[in-house]
Amino acid sequence: METIPTEHGLILAGILFVLGLIGVLTRRNIVFVLMSLEIMLNASGLAFIVAAARFGHAEGHIMFLMILTLAAAEVAVGLGLIIQMYRKFNTVDISVLSEMKG
Amino acid sequence: MQELIWLLPTLPLLGFLSLALTGGSLPKRAVAAIGAGSIGAAFIVAALIAVEFLGSGEEVFVYQTWVWMSVGSFTPGITFYLDGLSLVMMLIITGVGFLIHLYSTGFMFDDPSYSRFFSYMNLFVAAMLMLVLADNLVLLYLGWEGVGLCSYLLIGFWYENPANGYAARKAFVVTRVGDTSMAIGLFLLFRELGTLNIQELMVAAQSEWQIGTEMAVACSLLLLGGAVGKSAQLPLQTWLPDAMAGPTPISALIHAATMVTAGVYLIARTHVLFELAPWVQMLVAWIGLATLLMAGFTALTQHDIKRILAYSTISQIGYMFLGLGVGAWSASVFHLMTHAFFKALLFLAAGTVIYSLHHEHDIFKMGGKRKQLPIAFWSFLIGSLALAAFPFTSGYFSKDEILLAAYASGGSGVWLWVGGVFGAFLTGAYSFRLVFVVFFGASRGHHDEKEKTGFAMATPLLVLMLLSLVGGWIQIPVESVFSHGAAHEEHRVSALIHGIMIVVPLLGIAVSYLFFVSGALSAEKLMSYKFAKFLHRFWFSGWYMDALYQRVLVNPFVWLARLNRNDFFDALYNSVIIISRSAHGLIVKSQTGYLGWYLLSMAAGLIVVLAVGVYL
Repeated sequence: METIPTEHGLILAGILFVLGLIGVLTRRNIVFVLMSLEIMLNASGLAFIVAAARFGHAEGHIMFLMILTLAAAEVAVGLGLIIQMYRKFNTVDISVLSEMKG
Repeated sequence: MQELIWLLPTLPLLGFLSLALTGGSLPKRAVAAIGAGSIGAAFIVAALIAVEFLGSGEEVFVYQTWVWMSVGSFTPGITFYLDGLSLVMMLIITGVGFLIHLYSTGFMFDDPSYSRFFSYMNLFVAAMLMLVLADNLVLLYLGWEGVGLCSYLLIGFWYENPANGYAARKAFVVTRVGDTSMAIGLFLLFRELGTLNIQELMVAAQSEWQIGTEMAVACSLLLLGGAVGKSAQLPLQTWLPDAMAGPTPISALIHAATMVTAGVYLIARTHVLFELAPWVQMLVAWIGLATLLMAGFTALTQHDIKRILAYSTISQIGYMFLGLGVGAWSASVFHLMTHAFFKALLFLAAGTVIYSLHHEHDIFKMGGKRKQLPIAFWSFLIGSLALAAFPFTSGYFSKDEILLAAYASGGSGVWLWVGGVFGAFLTGAYSFRLVFVVFFGASRGHHDEKEKTGFAMATPLLVLMLLSLVGGWIQIPVESVFSHGAAHEEHRVSALIHGIMIVVPLLGIAVSYLFFVSGALSAEKLMSYKFAKFLHRFWFSGWYMDALYQRVLVNPFVWLARLNRNDFFDALYNSVIIISRSAHGLIVKSQTGYLGWYLLSMAAGLIVVLAVGVYL
């Protein structure tokens, strides 16, 4: 059976992670920032799956399940915060907000 | 009964605590009952102890409560030492103290800080009793500082007036000069002799030091410094006249009868040290003489009724120092006692005059008050007679003893005697100047005021009048303290000397009479001479001592303080503040509040950490 080489999987995970990071850094709409964060989380999840397949261990799968749960929780909280933010400041642009300036 | 000696400082202390902790919430009658009652109870205890002590025929009674602190071989205790000297002091403090407390219940009744007044007074009495009953110099020093603190608090009692606060600080700082000298003396004594228990110290000093040893001279000089500060002798006398800013009963209790005589007590208590340093002892006598003459001249020119009495107090303590200096220990303590009687009487009577005349202090705005203020008049008359050493009043016996001892001491003693007798002339002149100006002649204001004395104010005056008259017959049991086994020597001098000492004060009174009653001599005419005018100004200002200290000590100090306004050592610590504050300013700049900026810095940090991890 032909298997996907480990390196390919890791490179894909790395590309996804960097894409997500770039999205987090460059996007100004907070909804997109949140989406980019999800991509980063899934990229790390993919890296775990690849590693688990490579070494034949179950821990990687368990780790991915944990990340999935975390991501779900994170989205729930994040979206709630975004709704609050929109209600309060009437914007979803993060570059406008600087209330916490020192 | 003697075991109850611990009650003596405790009773006034309890009075202080209950008054201080209730913070003025008690009704005035209760305050008066606690304030005067605690001292009255202490006096009863003191009297019972005295009866038993004198009856037992023993010379010393020591009562140890507990060890105060224990550091190696240094274990001063809260231990009370009772002998003839501390017995006399304790009876004066509680007895005269009680009379003055009783007087204050009337005198201070209208004051809003009634309770505060009595709490300070009680604390003072507790500290003073601690001072005289202490068996070691550390406990004595505790009382010494305690009375200094109370003196400060009570001089500045009416603190709303900044001048009173200034007088209080002046008293505190000037006496502090002496206290520091005394503290150094204690350190030196402990280093040299290894104990601060007074009796052990005296024995050790006598056995280890020759007469005139440098150490004995140094120690007694340092102790003398403390005594001079507390007892307002030259050159530290400047605080006492200003201390009259306090309420009049305070002047009577602290600045006449008890605290200012603590210096005399200290020297009498450590007289063995002074006997080992004859040179210092002679200095004590000359300081006393200089002070009594200086204060006598100054008292002649003052207008303020209380300042006259203050200078007279300085002068009388000068007599006590003179007595100490010529070795007439018991005569000095005797004069201390009679002085407590008649000076308390004079101050309390002055308080009555001031109180009745709406806080008038200037004697030249009184006049002819004989009929108007009868009790004050009789008090003043008797007090001044005793002060001027009129024959067979209390002051006559005590002053006589001191002057005779000076005369008999040989050497320069004759000059001390001459000076002392001249001082007695001044005493007669200034004390009766006060009496004549206030109570005789024409009224110069305050025509209709009635004397304001209730039972509480009149009774102490009557008792003190009696004591001032007959106090000279009291035999004080101090012979065993000072004699060291040697018999008390009677001073046998010719009738001429006696005669001079009786006549001279009368001459002073007569001169005063000629000036202020008969008008045969006139102060105005005298003042037309330029020299007399200069002399008057010189004496009135207290020999320019205040101005001198202002120039020599205060101004340079203020100048230095101004120079070092940004204190050098403060700058060291302030630099820490400046550095952390500027670092804070730098870091705050990075706190922009923009989410993107934080994310970018996080990512950059991550890359840096990863790069370091990979390449190193």
